[in-house]
Amino acid sequence: MTTRFDKLGVIIAAIVAYAAFAAPFATLRANRIVPGEARSILEALPPTLGPLLLAVVVVAAVVALLKTPLALRLAASVVALAALALLIGVAGSFLTPEGNSFARISPASGFWLLIFAFTLLLADGLTRLNLSPSARIGVLVVAAAAIGLLLVSGSWNSLSILKEYANRADSFWAEGSKHVTLALGSLAAAVLVGLPLGILCHRVEKLRAGVLNALNIIQTIPSIALFGLLIAPLGWVATHVPGAASLGIRGIGTAPAFVALFLYSLLPVVANTVVGLAGVPRAANDAARGMGMTERQRLFGVEFPLAFPVILTGIRIVLVQNIGLATIAALIGGGGFGVFVFQGVGQTAMDLVLLGAVPTVAMAFTAAIILDALIEMTSTRRREAQPA
Amino acid sequence: MIEIEGITKRYDATTVVDDVSMVIEPRTIAVIVGTSGSGKTTLLRMINRLVEPTAGVIRLDGADNRSLPGYELRRSIGYTIQGHGLFPHRTVAQNIATVPVLLGWDAARTKRRVDELMTLYQLDPQAFGPRYPHELSGGQQQRVGVARALAAEPNVLLMDEPFGALDPIIRNKAQEDLRAIQKRFGTTIILVTHDMEEAVRMGDKIAVMDAGKLVQYARPAEILAKPASAFVETLVGASEKPFRLLSLGRVRDAVETGTAEGEAIPADVSQRDALAELLWSGRPALPVTGADGKPLGRVTVDGLVKRAARPA
Ligand SMILES: Nc1ncnc2c1ncn2[C@@H]1O[C@H](COP(=O)(O)OP(=O)(O)OP(=O)(O)O)[C@@H](O)[C@H]1O
Ligand SMILES: [Mg+2]
Repeated sequence: MTTRFDKLGVIIAAIVAYAAFAAPFATLRANRIVPGEARSILEALPPTLGPLLLAVVVVAAVVALLKTPLALRLAASVVALAALALLIGVAGSFLTPEGNSFARISPASGFWLLIFAFTLLLADGLTRLNLSPSARIGVLVVAAAAIGLLLVSGSWNSLSILKEYANRADSFWAEGSKHVTLALGSLAAAVLVGLPLGILCHRVEKLRAGVLNALNIIQTIPSIALFGLLIAPLGWVATHVPGAASLGIRGIGTAPAFVALFLYSLLPVVANTVVGLAGVPRAANDAARGMGMTERQRLFGVEFPLAFPVILTGIRIVLVQNIGLATIAALIGGGGFGVFVFQGVGQTAMDLVLLGAVPTVAMAFTAAIILDALIEMTSTRRREAQPA
Repeated sequence: MIEIEGITKRYDATTVVDDVSMVIEPRTIAVIVGTSGSGKTTLLRMINRLVEPTAGVIRLDGADNRSLPGYELRRSIGYTIQGHGLFPHRTVAQNIATVPVLLGWDAARTKRRVDELMTLYQLDPQAFGPRYPHELSGGQQQRVGVARALAAEPNVLLMDEPFGALDPIIRNKAQEDLRAIQKRFGTTIILVTHDMEEAVRMGDKIAVMDAGKLVQYARPAEILAKPASAFVETLVGASEKPFRLLSLGRVRDAVETGTAEGEAIPADVSQRDALAELLWSGRPALPVTGADGKPLGRVTVDGLVKRAARPA
C-alpha cells in the first residue's frame, strides 16, 4: 500500500497538534512589564468560539496531512489563517478585565506556531501553483490589504502590541519614515556609487581584486563597531568643514548610520554589477562592436540590459539587508524602528520590542517578494541565452 | 576593392596571422579556408578593426581602414559573427535593425528594410519580427544574423562561418540566396568556412590558410588542379578533386552535338550533378535543354570524365 500522507503535511500536522493542545494561545499580564499567565485556546476564547477554532485548525491540519487537491489545501490554509487572525483579536477583548487599561493580552507561542504552520501550508501551495511574478505581487497586495483592514477595523486594538502603538502613534510613523529613509536612501547612494564603480571594475581588471577585497573587509566589520569607527571622523567633519553641521552631519545620529549602511551596501551592488557584466555572452558583446556601436552604446544598449537581472539581485540583497540593519541605527541616535526595539529591551517590555520588530520584518519580507518578482520579470526572456 | 598588405598579428610571442597579403577584387567573393586555429577569424576581424594588426596595412577602395574611427568603419561593413551573436534581449526585428538605427535611419525606412530582408530569408515579419532569438531554431538564428549584417546595404560583407548550423538543404538555399544578393548589389564578400565544398561553390577566389600563413590564393579551379602544397592537397581532399572540379562547371559548357534518349537535363545544372545523373540512369548520354526547353544537344559520360581530369 502506498502512503497517503503528504510529507510536509506530516510536519504541519505535528506542529498544529502541539500548538493547539499543548502550547498557550495567549498571554495575560496585569501590566506591561510583569510576567504573564498562559491561556489555552479554550480558556482564551468565549465558549462558542474556542471549540470552533479548535475544529477549524484540526480540519485544516487533516487536509494538510493527507494527499489532498491543491485548491483544498490552499483554501484550508487561508481559512485557518483568517480564523486565527480574527480570533486572536476576540481573545484580546475577551481576556481583558472590564475597564482595566493596564492589563496586556498578547499572542503566545501556540498562536505563533499555528500561524507558522499554516503559512507553511499556504507557501507550499503557492509554490506548487507556480505563480507568475505579477500574480505573486497580487497575492502580496491581497494579504497586505487583509492585514490593513484588520488593523483599521480595530479588531486587534485590545492586543498589547497595538496598545503600545496607541500610546505612541505619532512617534511610530516618524520613526517609520526615518527607517525607510535610512534604508532606501543608503541603497540609492550605494547604487549611485556602486554601479559606476562596478562598471569600472569590470573594465579595468587591475582595479577589480583590490576594490572587491576592500569592500569585503568592510562587510565583515560588525555593524556596531562600524558605527563606532565612524563617530570620530564624522565628528571631525562636523566641526571642521563649514556647512557640514547644518546638513545634519554629526558624529552620532543619522549621518554615521547612513554612512555605515551605505558602506555595507556597496559590496553587493559592486560585486553583482561585476558578475552581471562578466556574464554577458561574449558573442553579444562581439556583435555589438562588430555592428559599429560605440563603447557607450554597447554599455547602455547591450551590456547593461543583459546584466540587469543580476544587478537587481544585488539590489534586492542590499534592500532586505538595509531594512534589517537600519534597526541598529537607533543605538547611535539614528532613529528608525530600532528605537522601539531598544526602548523595549531597556524596559523589558516585550510588546514594545515587537512594535519595532514586526513592521521591520514585514517590510523586509515585502521588499524581498517584490524584488524577486521584478528580477524574474526582467530575466525570463533572457534566461535562455543563445549557445556560444 | 580590399587590399591586404603584409598583415601580421602577434599575441605576445605567438604569431596568429603571419605576413598575409591579398587583394579582393570588387564585387567578388573571396573564401578563406583552413583548419581550426589557422587565423581565419583573426584575419577577418582585422579588416573591420575588431582586432588591430601588429603590422601591415588594409585598404578599402584605396583608403586606409584606420582613416575612420573604428565604430564608423564597422557601420559601413556588414559582419556576421561566428555563431550568429544575436542580442538575446532584442527581438528579431530589433536585431536586424541594429545598424540602420545606429546610422540614424528614420523608422519607416528601417521597418521597410527589415521586412524586406525577413521576407528574403523566408521569415514572416509578422510572425518572427516580435520574437526573441531564443525562440528561433539554430538555422533561423543564423539567417537573422546574415540579415542583420546586410541591413544597411554594405558594400563589403565579412562572414565568419555563416552557414555552419544549417542543414544541407537550407544551406544550399542560403548559399544561392547569398550569391543572388551579391550579384544584385555588387557586394564584395569575404567568407570564412571549414567546408571545401562551400568554398568551391561560393568562391571567385579561395584563400587557404595554415598556421597563420596564406599558403595559396587562387581561383577554385587552380586550387584543385595545382595545390601549392601537401597541406592544400589534403584540405581539398584528393579523392574528391575530380568531382569538385566538375561542380565548378555548368552543363551548358559541356554540351556536345547529337541527340540522346532519356529525360533531358537543364543546361544550368552543374556538371557534377549531370555526371551523377548519367551514372545513376546507366546511360552513356542524355539530352540537354535550355531554359526555354529547346534541345541544345547532349552530354556524355566520356565528355564529362575528360573534363574531370587534371587540367593541363
Ligand atoms: N585575443 C587572443 N589572444 C591570444 N590568442 C588569440 C586571441 N584570439 C585568437 N587567438 C589565437 O589565435 C589563433 C587563431 O585564432 P582564430 O580565431 O583566428 O582561428 P580560426 O582560424 O578562426 O579558427 P576556427 O576555425 O576554429 O574559428 C588561435 O590559436 C587562437 O587561440
Ligand atoms: Mg574562427
